[in-house]
Amino acid sequence: MLLDIYEPGETPLPHAGDSDRAAVGIDLGTTNSLVAVSVNGRPEILRDALGDGIVPSVVAYLEGDDEPVVGRVATRILEQEPELVVASVKRLMGRGTGDVASVGGHLAQKIRDDGQGGMVRLDVGGRIVSPVEVSGEILRTLRQRAELVLGKTVDQAVITVPAYFDDAARTATRDAARLAGIEVLRLVNEPTAAALAYGLDQGAEGLYAIYDLGGGTFDVSLLKLEKGVFQVLATGGDAALGGDDFDRALAEQLIQERGGGIAAGDVKPVLAAARRAKEALTEADTTTLDLEFGSRATRHTVTRAGFDALIAPLVARTIAAAKAVLQDAGVGPGELSGVVLVGGSTRVPLVRAEVTALFGREPLSDIDPDEVVALGAALQAEALTIGSDTLLLDVVPLSLGLETMGGLIEKVIPRNTPIPVSRAQDFTTYQDGQTAMAIHVVQGEREMVEQNRSLARFVLAGIPAMVAGAARIRVTFTVDADGLLTVSAREALTGVEARVEVKPTYGLTDDEMTGMLRASLENARADVVTRLLAEARVDGRRLILALDAALAVDGDLLSAEERAAIEGAKSALETAMTGDDREAVVAATEALEAAGRPFAERRMDRNIRRALSGVDVSRLESRLQAG
Amino acid sequence: MGVEITAPVSCNSCGGQIEDAICGGCKSLQPPGQLDHFARLGLSRDFAIDGQALERAYFAAQRRFHPDRFAGRGAKEKTFSLQHATLINEAYETLREPLPRARYLLEIEGRPLPGDDGKTIADPELLMEAMEWREALEDAAPHDLPALKAKLDGELTAVEGALSRAFAGHDLDGATHQALRLSYLSKLGAELRRKAAPRIAVP
Repeated sequence: MLLDIYEPGETPLPHAGDSDRAAVGIDLGTTNSLVAVSVNGRPEILRDALGDGIVPSVVAYLEGDDEPVVGRVATRILEQEPELVVASVKRLMGRGTGDVASVGGHLAQKIRDDGQGGMVRLDVGGRIVSPVEVSGEILRTLRQRAELVLGKTVDQAVITVPAYFDDAARTATRDAARLAGIEVLRLVNEPTAAALAYGLDQGAEGLYAIYDLGGGTFDVSLLKLEKGVFQVLATGGDAALGGDDFDRALAEQLIQERGGGIAAGDVKPVLAAARRAKEALTEADTTTLDLEFGSRATRHTVTRAGFDALIAPLVARTIAAAKAVLQDAGVGPGELSGVVLVGGSTRVPLVRAEVTALFGREPLSDIDPDEVVALGAALQAEALTIGSDTLLLDVVPLSLGLETMGGLIEKVIPRNTPIPVSRAQDFTTYQDGQTAMAIHVVQGEREMVEQNRSLARFVLAGIPAMVAGAARIRVTFTVDADGLLTVSAREALTGVEARVEVKPTYGLTDDEMTGMLRASLENARADVVTRLLAEARVDGRRLILALDAALAVDGDLLSAEERAAIEGAKSALETAMTGDDREAVVAATEALEAAGRPFAERRMDRNIRRALSGVDVSRLESRLQAG
Repeated sequence: MGVEITAPVSCNSCGGQIEDAICGGCKSLQPPGQLDHFARLGLSRDFAIDGQALERAYFAAQRRFHPDRFAGRGAKEKTFSLQHATLINEAYETLREPLPRARYLLEIEGRPLPGDDGKTIADPELLMEAMEWREALEDAAPHDLPALKAKLDGELTAVEGALSRAFAGHDLDGATHQALRLSYLSKLGAELRRKAAPRIAVP
């Protein structure tokens, strides 16, 4: 028998030799999902008997049937009984009832509101299901396919998520895997998985941009590859931009050509026709299609140039996002060693042309863009179970912070910080005698709370009553290697502690998220103004609180006229604080300070006298005797 | 200085004596110890750092301790590896750029940079220099910016050299002065970049 010799620290893990179990890589997509396995560094997509690797991410719940139907069959049911079928559920992962309004258009189901602001539930033909359960069904189907093809038990997987998935959506993905009986070895960002598939194949080194345009999302990441290390330098994107938008743009044009007007039930066939035309134009310069609805049949010719003109503004948005990521990392397009295309929508010739123009080089696309993410995930699953020299160093995609006074955000972990990471920040109480502090965790790039995504709220209670500013509350943010966040808070003097694993409370839709991301770039300047105004208001409020407290104790030090002057300045400040003029707030604050100054001086005198004469003579004598 | 191990430490898993973060007997990972950022990455404590050497040290450390290396191990080792990787990232992030590196070095010397500890900066020469730079930036027309940037870049290189010399000669007053200069010059650099190339707005 031969003995295998391993480098220290690279001994195979116990079940590596376990031939009846396998760990797979899963690309859980908005439109399509795939499963792959890697053996000896060679990943392969697991296909059905017909050689089809794609499982459409569509789940049908048939009446009287306990087992839902997943994949191609469910897609066919979608056309006849759309109310029984759930598609594009990925858009709802980690979303609350409050934020599905704008994605509701993709769904034939009613959204059920449990009135508690919890997770979204769908009413599918009378059956109530959550997005986590629907995703769980897709994962169960992928798992069954893998077990059938491999003839092994499959209970571990690397699952990919968009780099831009926030904490709530990542947690929901993990929960879905648990429902399907899968242990998640690691959540890996889709662009990173794609780089892995390319990097290992070709032993590439240098800086790589991953341009990932799927059906509904766009991600762009910048990675540094060096001797098996994949270091993510920056990531960005648009969570609601994809090939579906190309179809929509073309469909609108077609309806216009027919002279407008369409019934709701006819939208899906037109979108499907637009999609076929788009796909035809990848190879052909011109294509024709027939539409038949509203008791009218029309024939349309679409040219590549005409289609390009329709989608040009959408493609321009992806190019701008890619430029912003390069700028974040301080890298010029010329410094890149390569560009990798991921996602079916990168087959569109205009997309390829624009990407080529931006980076000044032909993008890599020799791996099928629909399969590359699953292949990379399979490689990582093998690396995690069997061991490998590859190392993925990922980053926080969106800044994490806390709400502070006046609706401002204090960023605790800025975006593009390497994970795992733990950062602490100290906060203090705002009012005298304050015994609890509300902690509001937010994610996003804007300066004000309401413009970002709310991740969680919790309360640190039991702070001993102290004067404002005396308590020391240390809030610690911890993000693990999967990008999942835990927040804890501790008061330093007493050791009172509160901790929360961030679970989605409520949140926002992809559209809102895109809106926020885009707005954060456009409004960086406006944000600064808003922030300064909010700070001025906080200063004003603090002064009023302090003055009120002082007046309650030592109000007798003032004559009626003096008191009226202070009250006048105070109401002037209160009026200014309701307005949007920062200068006015600052001026009114200064005026109130000036008006209160003689009062403050008199209080100080009185307090000194009190300190000196606070002990009366008899007690002083008794103390002297006792001493 | 550095941290010295004064007593034999026993393995968290098998109880055997250990000399390394991974037990020589049972190969299990130990919890991270108290190390400064330089020692954590196996670098000598010095301001002058070779960027490539830092990166190599960082990659080597993560290669050894990253949670991906311990995915199949028990909960205890997984937690330790997460702690190791977190501390390694913190060390890398602190040492990567000259300003946080200088700030950290002064901090471990017990000389936090003024402004960090709530004290105000009382260095009239420095304040004057900062004001002159600010005026130059405010008055600069777009075509002046490249020349101003070149001057600033030269200044930044000079400050880094001065910081290296100050730390090497253990001149902490000098290091503090130069670190403060680096702090405001870095801010100016960021403003200059914003002025020269406004943030790309996604349409």
